[in-house]
Amino acid sequence: MAAALGAAPGEIVFTSGATEALHQAVADRVRPGQHVVASAVEHPALFGALERCSARVTRVPVDAAGRLRVEDVVAALEPATALVALMAAQNELGNLYPVRAVADAVAPVPLLCDAVQAFGKVPLDVRALGCAAAVVSGHKIGAPPGVGALWSPAGRAPRALLAGGPQERGQRAGTENVPAIVGFGVAAEHLPRRLEAMVAVAARRERLRAGLAATEGVRFHGAPDLPNTLAFRVDGVAGEALLQAFDLEGVCLSSGSACSAGGLDPSPVLLALGLDAATARGGLRASLGPETSDADVDRVLALFPRLVARARAAAEGARACA
Amino acid sequence: MRVVVAMSGGVDSSVAAALMVEAGHEVVGLTMKLRDTTPDERAGRSASCCSPDDLRDARGVCDALGIAHYVVDYRDTFRAAVIEPFAAAYLAGRTPNPCVLCNDHVKFAPLLARAEALGAERLITGHYARVEAAPGGGWALRAGVDPAKDQSYFLFGLDQAALARVRFPLGGMSKDDVRAEARRLGLPTWDKEDSEDICFVPDGDYARVVEQVAGAAPAPGPIVHADGRALGEHGGVHRFTVGQRKGLGVATGERLYVLSVDGPTRTVTVGPRDDLRAAGLRASRWRWIAGQGPASARGRLRIRYRHAGADGDVQVRGDAAAVRFDVPQVAVAPGQAVVLYGGDRVLGGGWIDEAVPPREDAPEEVGVGRG
Repeated sequence: MAAALGAAPGEIVFTSGATEALHQAVADRVRPGQHVVASAVEHPALFGALERCSARVTRVPVDAAGRLRVEDVVAALEPATALVALMAAQNELGNLYPVRAVADAVAPVPLLCDAVQAFGKVPLDVRALGCAAAVVSGHKIGAPPGVGALWSPAGRAPRALLAGGPQERGQRAGTENVPAIVGFGVAAEHLPRRLEAMVAVAARRERLRAGLAATEGVRFHGAPDLPNTLAFRVDGVAGEALLQAFDLEGVCLSSGSACSAGGLDPSPVLLALGLDAATARGGLRASLGPETSDADVDRVLALFPRLVARARAAAEGARACA
Repeated sequence: MRVVVAMSGGVDSSVAAALMVEAGHEVVGLTMKLRDTTPDERAGRSASCCSPDDLRDARGVCDALGIAHYVVDYRDTFRAAVIEPFAAAYLAGRTPNPCVLCNDHVKFAPLLARAEALGAERLITGHYARVEAAPGGGWALRAGVDPAKDQSYFLFGLDQAALARVRFPLGGMSKDDVRAEARRLGLPTWDKEDSEDICFVPDGDYARVVEQVAGAAPAPGPIVHADGRALGEHGGVHRFTVGQRKGLGVATGERLYVLSVDGPTRTVTVGPRDDLRAAGLRASRWRWIAGQGPASARGRLRIRYRHAGADGDVQVRGDAAAVRFDVPQVAVAPGQAVVLYGGDRVLGGGWIDEAVPPREDAPEEVGVGRG
């Protein structure tokens, strides 16, 4: 695991997942009322952790394609800013963020990097990121769900969030989830192969993008530097209707972030791109993995125009009735 | 055939879905999310339609039936088309019928569109009503066979395009039949309580909901007796509905009823029960189930959901209707729907604008000729 991150074994604390790891990292660095700078498109788990610590948060906006400027982060700093939080890759858009450049620019303010989405999709070396702490999640690289990790450099061990036991060198009390942690290790051993497979994933994603673009009114969101993610909407079609129509065909898309399945509110990330709430509700995301085949892509591309046309006809019919 | 079933999480829609599965259809369950749940509902202290429990129940039934289940988000539509007009109507002195508004603007048009988007040929709901081929072509809407459960009153706004695609499999059943079916089918919701409340007023305190939506303290106004006496002041016209007897806040020794509520002057007029009688009413936005209808018709008229019906005549010009009852009716409340039946068949309906007192000659007043 440590090797997969470019770290040393003693620098890793296993947690129940990235959410817990983010909470631990934030609690370790932020006192109530202290100032934190975070990109506007951080994962809700990060914002939840900041709120739990009663942090004062400045959200650095992104542009319409989800890109972030280093100077905007620097401009948000205050004299006593306790922490800067920046994700390595945006989970709904696939944008990569300039973690190293931001870390250098904000030093000596420590940078917390949520590397969950980048891990396993692009090579990751926590030391090269220049961050003070990084967080990853097991299921993103094929480990069982329910395990994550917090990396901190040697000599700067984080305070325990869960106290009352000596596990994880006193940095995380509670019986270790050994099967999941072992699974995480095995998945990490396979990481080089996973990263190699991402070349083919990227090619399939590009084919999917080109194919979807052939249907009129398809708009893509963000600037997906990651190989696996494709965020889009279709003009005149409710995202929810298209998602359900695909689900009935056995194709799983997600609306906004996959974590909020069943969540019906517009994605805060799409709102941060400047979309209005109604448009943001149309947001969909296709995610490909190493297991996604060319045939899967073909099938989606064959279904797409038909399902879009059907949903569009229905929506127009409803307007005519109203 | 792929069909969509609108599932509330209650026993009726559960049975409707199960019957469709038994009939061999490919069934997709949809549950409408119409509003945000209250903290009480999230904590399980209060339950009504759209609570997390209902969503779970609907999902549980779909799991048991082995069918797909999705939640559709109609919160914005529901607020704009039902809750806000509901509050505005009360503040204007009318007595709104949110269930008809919901059927007109939320349940059927958007759900039919969603069904079509999902490639479904029919939309199934657990309403107690029947859709049948009309003798002269087109589709007829008929009352459910269980008079205690019949919901056809709420459905008069369905047009022919909707009726062609909507089906109500419970229309021929009684509530007892439905519960027995639910048991036979092993549905987890078979003994779930009926919900009769307005879904977004779970505790029955509709005045509080009106005040929340309005966002401002409602203005007080005078309470006057029909004979002209000033009786006192009230805390807002939304607390009154025609025919109401309790909670008037005035004591005269006489049994008093709300006779009328005037929004602009905020005047609530009360008087004896006799003065509640109306010889007829005027309605607008009249629609015929068949799409068109005669200039005059005779049949049984229901002026609210639990009204047994009264025989009378309807004169229609454009979408304005004038109704004259054979026997005067009490508590004709502006804002409610008036629905015309021929036997158990819904012929049409509209929205009540005002009651016509026994003395007036209703048809001439609105300029609708007899013919």
